[in-house]
Amino acid sequence: MRFSLSKRAVMVAVLAMLCSLQGRAASQWAPLSPASASSIPQSQLIQPDELNQLLHTRGAEKPLILQVGSHVLFAQAHIAGSEYAGPGSQDAGVQQLRARLASLPRKTLIVIYCGCCPWSRCPNVGPAYKALTEMGFTRVKVLYLADNLGADWADKGFPVETGR
Amino acid sequence: MRLDDSAIRAARSFRRMLLAVLVCVSVASATSRAVPRAQNLLNKKAPGFALTDLSGQSLTLAQFEGKVVLLNFWATWCAPCQVEMPVFAAWQRKYGPQGLQIIGISMDDEVGPARSLAATLQLNYPVAMGDERLGARYGGVLGLPLTLLIDRNGIVRSRFQGETDLKPIERQVAALLTQP
Repeated sequence: MRFSLSKRAVMVAVLAMLCSLQGRAASQWAPLSPASASSIPQSQLIQPDELNQLLHTRGAEKPLILQVGSHVLFAQAHIAGSEYAGPGSQDAGVQQLRARLASLPRKTLIVIYCGCCPWSRCPNVGPAYKALTEMGFTRVKVLYLADNLGADWADKGFPVETGR
Repeated sequence: MRLDDSAIRAARSFRRMLLAVLVCVSVASATSRAVPRAQNLLNKKAPGFALTDLSGQSLTLAQFEGKVVLLNFWATWCAPCQVEMPVFAAWQRKYGPQGLQIIGISMDDEVGPARSLAATLQLNYPVAMGDERLGARYGGVLGLPLTLLIDRNGIVRSRFQGETDLKPIERQVAALLTQP
């Protein structure tokens, strides 16, 4: 009887925890607009630790890494080896991105990132991701930077470069 | 003659070594693992700057010596920034007579959108364009919005980054205004 009661209590606690997690996830991923970062499927995200590990794994296929945000922020710091591809929130930026990728095989492994502001507020990665999928790229990942590039990448000691 | 050959070989080898060291140094400086961050500025003298604001006037930090300065880095594409700026304009009206000076630094790539938004929001404080050099002097502005509070003695007292509750900032502004 005692066992059954404690078992039930554990079940209730687990259910409550799941409900709270679900609520949190729902608010975290609720799309703000069709082109917001939150509209990108979770399955297409790559975490900073994961990308850093990939970059340091000998023999692993190295992705083409593109920054799709502000050029001023890129000049201050960007992921080592990444290229500036234009701000995804602007038509000119999307055109620049399309031009950069036009001749590449559609199976190219690509990681895009911005990190200008908190994830759900980033105006750049959503449109850039949309453009890449429209172009037919099948192996696109978006780097999930919860707060910004500083807090979620540079502060962790992951490799960065400066300059344009 | 043999001695000369070995001397030449030694010189060549030294030159190659020097070249290798130079390459290593340049690669190391280009790939910095530790970008200095704004946290490092806390309780230190705020870096000075000399800019031209959007109206063409000279804008330096030094000209506001003796005032409490709220230095706000923003951009037109930053949604949380656009929530903050009208509040900062209200604070400039409310606390300006007590010695608060708000300064906006746009980290936009181009001046046009920044000028347009500043006009739309009717900002009543100076705004200038920032760049990577200014960002680096402030420890790396690697995410927006970023707001620094600088006391009357020019010391950075607080740093707020990202979507922030503005009430604690206002409380701190009020507290700094009471200090000499």
